[in-house]
This record gives sequence, structure tokens and C-alpha cells, in this order.
Amino acid sequence: MSEVHAAAATGPDPIAPVPHPPKWIAVYNSLDSIKLTVFAIISALLVGVVIIAVSDIEALGNLEFGTIAEKIGKAYWAIPKGAFGSVSGLSEIITRTTPLIFAGLAVTLAFRSGLFNIGATGQMIAGGMSAVWVGFTLDAPGIIVIPIALIASMIGGALWGAIPGVLKARTGAHEVIITIMTNYVAGLAALWLLKTSTFVKPGRSDPVSRPISESARLPRLLAQFGYDRGQARAHIGFLLALCAVAAVWWLLNRSKTGFELRAVGANLDASRYAGMKPATLTITAFMMSGGLAGLGGGSEILGTNYEATATLAGDIGFDAIAVALLGKSNPIGTAGAAFLFGILEAGKRQVQLDAGVPLDLVLVLRALIVLFIAAQLLTRSIWRIKAEEQTAQAFRGWGG
Amino acid sequence: MVRPMELELRGITKRFPGVVANSDVNLTIRSGEVLALLGENGAGKSTLMNILYGLYHADEGEILIDGAAVTFASPGDAIAAGIGMVHQHFMLVPNFTVAENLILGVEPVGPLGRLNMAAARKMVTEYSDRYNLGLDPDGVIEELPVGVQQRVEIVKVLSRHAKVVVFDEPTAVLTPQEIEEFFTIVGELKAAGTAIVFITHKLKESLRIADRIMVLRRGAVVGSADPTTATQAELAEMMVGRDVQLVVDKAPASPGEDTLVVEDLTMRDASGRAILDSISFRVRAGEIVGVAGVQGNGQSELVEMLTGLCTAASGTIRLAGTEITPTSPRERHDAGIAHIPEDRQRMGLIKGFSVTENLVLTDYHHAPYSSGITMDWEKCAEASRQLIDDFDIRTPSERVGAGTLSGGNQQKVIVARELRKDLKLVIASQPTRGVDVGSIEYIHSRIVDQRDAGVAVLVVSTELDEIMALADRVIVMFQGRVVADRPRAELDHATIGLYMAGALDDFSALTPSGSGSNV
Repeated sequence: MSEVHAAAATGPDPIAPVPHPPKWIAVYNSLDSIKLTVFAIISALLVGVVIIAVSDIEALGNLEFGTIAEKIGKAYWAIPKGAFGSVSGLSEIITRTTPLIFAGLAVTLAFRSGLFNIGATGQMIAGGMSAVWVGFTLDAPGIIVIPIALIASMIGGALWGAIPGVLKARTGAHEVIITIMTNYVAGLAALWLLKTSTFVKPGRSDPVSRPISESARLPRLLAQFGYDRGQARAHIGFLLALCAVAAVWWLLNRSKTGFELRAVGANLDASRYAGMKPATLTITAFMMSGGLAGLGGGSEILGTNYEATATLAGDIGFDAIAVALLGKSNPIGTAGAAFLFGILEAGKRQVQLDAGVPLDLVLVLRALIVLFIAAQLLTRSIWRIKAEEQTAQAFRGWGG
Repeated sequence: MVRPMELELRGITKRFPGVVANSDVNLTIRSGEVLALLGENGAGKSTLMNILYGLYHADEGEILIDGAAVTFASPGDAIAAGIGMVHQHFMLVPNFTVAENLILGVEPVGPLGRLNMAAARKMVTEYSDRYNLGLDPDGVIEELPVGVQQRVEIVKVLSRHAKVVVFDEPTAVLTPQEIEEFFTIVGELKAAGTAIVFITHKLKESLRIADRIMVLRRGAVVGSADPTTATQAELAEMMVGRDVQLVVDKAPASPGEDTLVVEDLTMRDASGRAILDSISFRVRAGEIVGVAGVQGNGQSELVEMLTGLCTAASGTIRLAGTEITPTSPRERHDAGIAHIPEDRQRMGLIKGFSVTENLVLTDYHHAPYSSGITMDWEKCAEASRQLIDDFDIRTPSERVGAGTLSGGNQQKVIVARELRKDLKLVIASQPTRGVDVGSIEYIHSRIVDQRDAGVAVLVVSTELDEIMALADRVIVMFQGRVVADRPRAELDHATIGLYMAGALDDFSALTPSGSGSNV
């Protein structure tokens, strides 16, 4: 070693083996996202305080802070009171949560496969229309007609979902544009179908379908306890939704197809180099996603509405995007987020009754929660939550 | 001439949670001097320079300019103090011109806020002339070669009156020719009195260009060397901390039957131009064939075709006598072809996936990793723990994300996955690009092991040294054609260089379908 001045050239091996990280690391990481969600909710409630205060401009002008504080307290207390305070409230949480879980899972599954499914609305309509048709056509006992109607709704949604899937896989067309457009097509097609003699309700000229037969109705969850439908309309579609959560979790984490879907979603090139077929997987993902949303539409028709209108999906298809975002594109998280939305929905009427605050407040709160989750850097800096690398990456791609 | 200055880092220590990135680092940089900062990936070179550039703050220690202590709260402060940095990944707007990129953030404006582009163009021309950079002010960045883009970055730094220029792995993205041109530019800058810090892990380049070499290992300075007397072996030992084998240790090849036979492979782009022009060659069992050539002469397309990722316009590919031309990538994989892709981050790995998931990425579809529609993650984890041991992958566990591993270990994950048992053909594309010395040595020895086990090996590399070290036979590609196919022993660097530049061509007189293998 001629002119070389080596201070410690022959030291120990530079990279000593690092001990295994304990298993609780994974738990901690999910704690981090729970922490973030909690603080996003707190942030939203704080902003909501300002909104409630400003909504009563008279009291604010007269500096009646006592009145304002009372109003805020009443409004916020009204949400849990309305949702958890009665059996019908609890039933309403379940009723509202059910379709959000299905549609949220649809968005989550697509997103994990690298796809934005904005088309849950259209897929729900396709599923709902299929279910209602089976429901008023097939005259058979419930044990036969219900499974057939549900399967029909799943197939309807899957076929409707296949359209953007095939277009994306074969032509490279962007799925966001296509799914937005197929939503319009689905809505208008339903409107047309509902005016045909096959679907239209006898004696009605507005687009409402024939009602499904009694036997096609999904059993109500609380019927045995003597609650009638006016008091508690929650139905077994909810149990089906929970099964779907488990099924999607298993699919993504334990199945071969799920591994392929996640691989394509995370790195399309690498999955192609590894011998997977991204085009086929794109169609598969869209059909599964559409099938889930379709099932959501079917469960709404068979369990809640008993008849179809062109707006049977309402805003659920779009709320599902927020639910999936809030749930961090994880099936269990998505179910949790759907519950949160369900609670807000179930409690919102009470807000107006008790505090005289418009029930739009609940919509604003919901939007704020989503905002604080999406702008997580903002929430982190307000509450000084340290970023974990993994959670920081969970949102990559949502921006476009 | 730049005013002479002296920059000193004294006792710099920087800790990140769980690691000491820099510990008590002292170094001095003077005007008109090239300092090479040598170290493996993760040795703390970049952290140190980010502290100098104001991106990080040292936990201990100070920065002195001409003996006076300074603090840099942001890169803005560092730039004002005359420190410039050329990052490995360029910070240029791809669809802007050279002049537009140069003035970005410091736009010269005329009356009523009108952009003075004439001044910007003049500035480009001035710097370009002074340092012989050959820049066109109106050239659009995305249309320029990488080497020229780098010069734009250099002018950007100089136009901010930098007296110290830090280059972070500047040669990693350059072709051999561009590297030569880059060294000339560094020479010009040095002559003009600029102080230069050259961050690298390439031994040869540091010996070639530096006036002084400092070696970092595990965040600390482990030694310094004089490039006029130090040898590569000494530097490598300092860098890695143990004796490193720089020359691949291999016995002469004993080739067997033809394993891969490629005939008349042609591929055209959308405009009908031939990307691959009647390529014919063969690789025998038990030999390593190196494919040399400047990047972009059809090597990537050839590999994609051999692995089934794209289809040929015409021509046939046979593996051990069976035609595989129409088969899919999966079928070729299962037929015994291993593929180490050229871009590990984009094609080889899924960074968000665990080490286990990456290790089974190409074999997940059969037993023991899955059965029916179900993955068997227990078996996968078991197999991956075995591979981690066998291939010496440095990772805390098989559950961590592959993206958290160092470049060398990421590459080892791919190598471990691909170099499985019972292979017929290994296609390794840039197998050691951006990989530290220790891992290069290891990966090369694994490739030679495959050869010795009777596997046919095709190594595609733009690093001529790698081809010369590994190959038993060398194919040179130029503009989509094979221009040379000779035993390694018949060739030296200079000759291959001539083939690579298109000055020599063994097959120009032959018909396009002429045999490519005249061994």
C-alpha cells in the first residue's frame, strides 16, 4: 500500500447484519394512519365550528357567544345522538353503510390494480337494473330468486365494468374519461329502459320500474325483534357487504390473481417483464370492480328500494371514491370509512332538528375530512405527526 | 479566472434515526483542484454534499469559507456563497430550450416585464464558447443527448457564479464517449480555477480525473490517496474494507452444443426503419457471450425480443433446438430462460413490494409458491429466506420493502430470483449498472458459476470493462446490426472501440442473411 494513507482500511465488515424488525412495526404503521384519520376528523370538526358560527350571522353580530357555543355543542352532539341514540338510528347507519362498502371496495380493488374506477355509479345502475328485472320477472320463492337476482346484479355490473376495461386494455384509452362517460350512458339507458313496457310500473308515466316481488326482498335484519320496516330497514345486504370485505381482502393478499393485480398496479413494466399479462389483468380488475359495484346496486334494489329509478345509485358511486381514499385503498380501511360516512348520514337529520343547523353541515364535514386526509402533509404539520415512509407512499397516484 | 477560495468542512457529523450518515468528516477543497469523493452506495457521500449544499443541516461541525464559518439554511445560501451542484438526475424542464432552462428562476426582464430572451441566448453562447461546450441556446432539452443535458446543468451552475461545483455521480448516465467529453470539460473548469468535487464509486474514473482522492466508508473518512501512485485494488480495499477481486476469476470456457440460435432477426419501428437488421448469432452451452455497443444500437430491443416482450418482424429464435419465436415471456421463462433486465427499478423490481414478493415475482404461478388460485406465503417466505442467505442479500428481513434496500442489494434480489436451478440460458442486461464494487464482484462470480454449470449466458453491457472481464466471445452491435462476432482473446479495448463506433465491420460485405457466428 504505497502512498495510500489508510486510516481504517481493514475494519470490520461495513454492513453488519441488522436485527429483524419486530412484528409490531406493521401494527405501528397502521396506527400511524389511524392517528392521521383521527386528527383529520378533529381538524374537520374545528373548521366546522367556524362554519356553524358564521351560519348564524345575527348571533355573531350581537356577540352572543353563549348562544353560538350552545348551538355548536348541540349540532355536534346531534350526530352521535341521531346515529346511535335509537334502534332506527343504528339501523340507518347499517342501511347507509351497506352500498358504500360495496362501491368503496369496487374503487379500492381497481385502485390497487393501478386503475381509477370513477364508474361505480354506472356499474351500480347496471347491477340494480339487472336485479330489479329478475326481481319482478322471476316468480319463485326467496331462496331461489334472491341468489339469482344478486348474481344477476353482479354480472350486470361486471359487464358494464368490462367496457372501460376492454377499451383501456385494447386501445389505451384513459379509464377515467371512459368511466365518467359510461356513467352518463348507464343513467340515460336506465331512463329509457324504465319507460319501456317491460320495466314501467303499470299506471305510471314517470320512470319508475315495477316493484320486485315480495319473495325477492332481502330479509330485514331486525324483523325478528318486532321492528317494522319504518323503524328499521337494515337488511342482510349488510352481511353480504362484510363478506365482500373479507373476500376482497383475501383476493388481494392471499390469491394468485390478487398478487398479479397488485403487481400490475404497483409497476406495470416489472409485471410485464415478470411474465404477467397486464391487458388481461386490466379487464379482470375492471370486471371484478364492476361486479362489486353492481352487487351494491342489487343490494339497494332488493333490500332498500324494492323498485328501480334512473338515479338509484345517487351519489354513492362518487362518495365511494372518498371512502376508498379515506380507507387507504385497503378493504378493511374502506369498510371503516364507509361506516364513518354511514354514521354521518344517519345522524344528519338530528342536526337540523336539534340545532337548527342545515343538514348540509354534515356534507361539509365529510368533505373536510376527505380534504384533510388527502392533504395529509397539511394535517401532519398542524398536528406535528411524523410521517412514516409507507403511509406517505400509500397516496401516490391519487393526484393523477 | 475565478477568485481563489478554500472551502473546509470541519468535524461534520450527521445522524438520521438509527444511522450515523456522517461521522466527524474533515475535508478541504481548493480552487483549481479536483477532489474525488469515493465510496460505495450508502457510504455517506451524498449526505455530506447535501450538507454542503444546504439541503441538510449537520448535527455537529462547521463549514468554513476562506477560514470564516458560514451556515447554509437553504440551497439559496449555498449558491450565494458560490457552491453549485450538478445532480445525478437533472433538474431541467424537458420541453424548454437550453436558454429558457438557464434563466429559470432568474429571468432577465426588460421593460413591462418582457422576457429578455436575447440576453439569455447570449449567456448560453458565452459560457459555451468559454468552456468549449458546443451548446445551442435554442435546442430543446428533451431532444438533446444526456451528455449535452448535463452540460446545460453545468452552465446553469456556472451562471450562478459557482466557485465550487459538486458533481454527484456524473458519469453514471453517460456513454463512454460522453464520459471522455465530460472529463475534458472538467479539465477546462479546473484550468479556469473552479474547485470541483467529484462524487463517484468508480475507481478508474477517480484515478483518472482527481488531484486528490478521499474515501468514505460508513460515513467516516477512512483514508485519502494520491491518484498518481494509488492503484485500483488499494482504493477498492479501502472502500469496501476488505480485499476485493477486481478481475473476474474464471477458467477457460468449454462450450458445448448450441443453446440459443438466432437467425435473421429483424424489427422495424413505426416508420419502417430497421431497429434490428437481420441479427444472427448463437450462444453455446457453457460460454458467456458479451454484447458490446454504445447504448441505443439495438441491444435493448434484442433483449426484449429474446425474452418475448416484443415480437420480431421476421427471423427465428431457437432454444436448445426448439423454436420459441412465437412464445410468451412466461413460456420462455418456464422453458429455462433467466432475464436480468437492464433497468432494475423500472423492469426488475416492484419497490413497494416486500423482498419475498419480489423474489417470487417470476415464479409465483407454480408450486411451491402457489397452488390452485392461492398463494402460499409461508412457502414463499421460506424460499426467500433461503435465497437471502444463498445470495448474501443484506436486508433486515424478507418482509421489508425492496425499495428500502441499497442498489447493490436490489440487484442481488433480481439475480437471486433469476439465477435459479436448471436454466438453459441467462440473459443479463447491464447486470451491474449502479451497483457497488462488492456486489459487482459477487454478481459476476454468480454469472460465471452458471456458465460453469453448462448454461449459455448472454451479457449485454455498455461497460466495456464488464464485457472484457466476463465474456468468452464478444458480439458488437452498431445501428441494429452485428458488426463483430469474435472470441474475446482476439479483441482488445481499442479494437472493440472501433467496432462500437462503426469504423470496423466484419459483416458489411456479406449478404444480410450471412451467418453471424464465424467462431
